[in-house]
Amino acid sequence: MAQISKTDVEHVAQLARLNLTKIEEEKFTQELGEILNYIDELNELDLTKIKSVSQISGLENIVREDKITNENNREKLLTNAPSQEKGYIKVKQVFE
Amino acid sequence: MKLNELTIKEASEKLKSGEITSQELTQACLDEIEHKDKDIHAFLLVLKDEAIKSAKESDERYRNNQPLSQIDGIPVAIKDNMCMLDTKTTAGSKILENFVAPYDATVISKLKSAGAVIIGKTNLDEFAMGSSTENSAYGVTRNPHDLDRVPGGSSGGSAAAVAANMCIAALGSDTGGSIRQPASFCGITGFKPTYGAVSRYGLMAMASSLDQIGPMTKTAEDAEILFDLIKGYDEKDSTSLSFQTGGAQDLESRNLKIGIPREYFAEGLDSEVKKVIEAAIGKFKAMGAEIIDIELPNAKYALSCYYIIVPVEVASNMGRYDGIKYGFSAEGDNLLEKYINSRSEGLGAEVKRRIILGTYTSSAGYIDQYYNQAQKVRALVKQDFEEAFSKVDLILGPVMPTTAFKIGEKSDDPLKMYLSDIYTISVNLAGLPAMSVPAGNIDGLPVGLHLIGPQLSDSKILKIAQEFENNVLSS
Repeated sequence: MAQISKTDVEHVAQLARLNLTKIEEEKFTQELGEILNYIDELNELDLTKIKSVSQISGLENIVREDKITNENNREKLLTNAPSQEKGYIKVKQVFE
Repeated sequence: MKLNELTIKEASEKLKSGEITSQELTQACLDEIEHKDKDIHAFLLVLKDEAIKSAKESDERYRNNQPLSQIDGIPVAIKDNMCMLDTKTTAGSKILENFVAPYDATVISKLKSAGAVIIGKTNLDEFAMGSSTENSAYGVTRNPHDLDRVPGGSSGGSAAAVAANMCIAALGSDTGGSIRQPASFCGITGFKPTYGAVSRYGLMAMASSLDQIGPMTKTAEDAEILFDLIKGYDEKDSTSLSFQTGGAQDLESRNLKIGIPREYFAEGLDSEVKKVIEAAIGKFKAMGAEIIDIELPNAKYALSCYYIIVPVEVASNMGRYDGIKYGFSAEGDNLLEKYINSRSEGLGAEVKRRIILGTYTSSAGYIDQYYNQAQKVRALVKQDFEEAFSKVDLILGPVMPTTAFKIGEKSDDPLKMYLSDIYTISVNLAGLPAMSVPAGNIDGLPVGLHLIGPQLSDSKILKIAQEFENNVLSS
């Protein structure tokens, strides 16, 4: 039976760049425990001889020439940025 | 008959003959939205001025006898997870509340080049994660057949808009049933094409190995018209397929072999829904089809497999929403805090739940037990269908185990909500085309029949669905 602790949930949330409230933490711990419990049924299966698939249409290694086809729409893209300066997206300081 | 109640086929004939104009047709839909959408809330954005402008341009083309396609001048609604140039595109999420798409999704470009009138953007579960359209940051959508019930999801807005005649047709997207499930609940036709048949370029990614755009319409004939328009290879989507349609002419129900999976009629299926589906299968038999019992032995593992693979892909795809490049941005003392605060405030509960689940099941120490195991089960699910399709042409069954459930009935229990997708998800895992076609009603609530075919049999399914529809209408 799958067990996920509140500490696990908190740790994973941090990895995923999420802060959870105390209430969310309680709720997710219980809900995720139930979901993990359910999906644990896959471990009933003996899959040692099965080859896994990551996609199902049979396509392989689709490549194309790396050339620019779109127009320069820098201005348009920048209008969506929450913070900008001198034609660049502005972010918080990265280096001390 | 009111103009907004017309199908694509009917409206297009009337536009061609000059009996109606696109402006009249568009206005009829806009009036219906004005009249009904306060209660239903199918639309997040109504593009009134733009739609009237497109309609005028379309009328001009018809006057010159130069319509661009069969859907020239036809009002179409778009699920709000498809990018449309210079138009707000939110995916039902607070984190994209002010996002204006800088480009058109390929399906939107195709609709525009065909002269379609894009009438609005429809509500959905946030980033298409959900089965009821209750997870939208902008409020729930209600089922036009009963306002206390959900329209299904995640393409609930598109389904409700079509069912309530607020548009002539719509586009939805289907990752685990998100086109077919709301189509079943709202009594319309929903078609999920073969994975790769329609370009995903400009569709906001949920689970990339499963997502697929498809038509939501009033008839199977309309679904075919819309599908033929949006399908096809796109260089901008490296998983898109180029495939030849056709080959459907030689196929008729009277020499069709239809498989009925035992597993789809087991415990959990509502007995009234079962009766409606069995009656529909009876119609195929009467049309001359041979009905064969089949087995999909790994079908019962599909749900677990899906709820491992999807959250893992979600966790990865949602990484881009960080409050820096676009969308909602919260304050923070440093870069990391800004990321965390933007995501924590901007994303809803179901999205967070899936991100955490997917991060957990793909993390070191658990990836073998969960994600890698699920990838193998996916192979088994696919193999089951391949074996079945070596014996039959088509699989029939229910789309949903019940009719539309009440708003709030399952929203507090994610596992219960996930279980409502039990018949639809295996289709996505195997990349198959499948369809929900109205098969009957129970106490005024629609029931959809599920048609599932092998990969690339899209045209065949659409033809067979039309034959079924004609048969139902004539009986």
